[in-house]
Amino acid sequence: MTVIPHPPRADRPADRLVTPAHGLGVRLADARLTYGGLPLFDGLALDLPAGRVTALLGPSGVGKSTLLRLLAGLEDGTHAQATITTDDGHPLAGRVAHLAQRDSLLPWATVLDNATLGARLRGTRTPATRTAARALLERVGLGDRLADRPDALSGGMRQRVALVRALMENRPLILMDEPFSALDALTRLRLQDLTARLLAGRTVLLVTHDPLEALRLGHRVHVLHGRPATLDAPLEPPGPPPRDPADPALLALQADLLRRLTGEAHGVPCPEAVAP
Amino acid sequence: MTRLLRPAITLAGLLALWQIAYHIAGERPYLLPSPLDTLTTAIDRADRLAHHALITFGEILLGFGFGVALGMLSALALVLWAPARRWLLPILVISQAVPVFALAPLLVLWLGYGLSSKVVMAVLIIYFPVTTAFLDGLRRTDPAWLDMARVMNAGRWATLWHIRLPAALPALASGLRVAAAVAPIGAVVGEWVGSSAGLGFLMLHANARMQVDVVFAALALLAAFAVGLYTLVTALTRRMVPWQAESNA
Repeated sequence: MTVIPHPPRADRPADRLVTPAHGLGVRLADARLTYGGLPLFDGLALDLPAGRVTALLGPSGVGKSTLLRLLAGLEDGTHAQATITTDDGHPLAGRVAHLAQRDSLLPWATVLDNATLGARLRGTRTPATRTAARALLERVGLGDRLADRPDALSGGMRQRVALVRALMENRPLILMDEPFSALDALTRLRLQDLTARLLAGRTVLLVTHDPLEALRLGHRVHVLHGRPATLDAPLEPPGPPPRDPADPALLALQADLLRRLTGEAHGVPCPEAVAP
Repeated sequence: MTRLLRPAITLAGLLALWQIAYHIAGERPYLLPSPLDTLTTAIDRADRLAHHALITFGEILLGFGFGVALGMLSALALVLWAPARRWLLPILVISQAVPVFALAPLLVLWLGYGLSSKVVMAVLIIYFPVTTAFLDGLRRTDPAWLDMARVMNAGRWATLWHIRLPAALPALASGLRVAAAVAPIGAVVGEWVGSSAGLGFLMLHANARMQVDVVFAALALLAAFAVGLYTLVTALTRRMVPWQAESNA
């Protein structure tokens, strides 16, 4: 299952044309979300170090996706607000790429057209864009499916197209919202390896409810839980991602995270969580 | 094979029912001609039937074309321009409370006995289903796609062209199929109220002279054309939304 990460190589068109926009650190502060008059979180702060994968783990309904939408600029401010600052001092708006749980591929467009959607929407698609997309699609194993429509692809293939589409945006911050939760376990592990390889060196926020996924991919893992929700001090698993899912150290950390998520999330210890 | 066989069997079944009805009705061709009587008449009077049929078919096709174009443009205007939505949408809905058939005599009065009153009649009857179907499709774009377009810094027109329009095509396709089915009604109603040519005109006059076989021949032609138009539009709309081919069946 372990895949050796490929370093970027200048002779590979995908690496040359989509040069990773390294190094934008982003800080989210004073994040507030009210739902039905009750705060889901208030005064939350989250640091996204440059070139690192920050994993945000939490149970459903805790407001993880809203944090992500705040960073994506998709919240209009009626329910949720936050102060967002970046290392370079420029606003973050328009500088993120988004990979969602649903692949949101356009069913009428081919794989290649879906992968280059951003450039098509901005009217900037050139032969070079297409070459870069073709090379990236080849790297994720879809080189022979360029002209297929999404309905001909499996769930894992579709999510790989969505991953390429996000990479093609070449943005300094990549937001991932439970990107692999709809996939079977084996496909999920494979895609996690692929993602870790392709996203190396980029600033990423990965929102997930899967502790193993957070531990495999995150340089830092935060747990968001409680009501109003608070962030724990980040956990920093040893070694570079993608980490081996069979590593006993990782499994011990996973048990710890599960305990935090299930027990403390409700304020009372949960019997299943403390079982030996 | 079944694609051709099934309609053929249906047609044969309908003809058989017709033949049985002919016998039950006491074999009186001046009230209900048999399928064979009708065919003989159609061949005998082919010239006259063809002359009137071409006029009616022309009216239907023109009405279909203009009605579809007008409906699509209206839907686009309504979706792109908020004041149009606020002011025109209620009017559009209220206008449907007026039975289009009741307008036919007025249209003939205003536009004369010729082609235009029938075309306008067909346009009026097609306009609403096409507009509402396309408008619905344009307004129900998956919010996830719209969010994605925003994150990708897409402009309003690019989002319309690359996402909202293609996403609305399945809805438009069902509107077009309804339009194809009702277009002949508009043209024939117009002809009935006042005309100097066309299958509706022919039927009215043949009926008055007890030439029931001519009425049936005209009806058969009209039905064949209507089915043909519907089949053609269905096939074209399937090609328009190939990713939904199975749900259009």
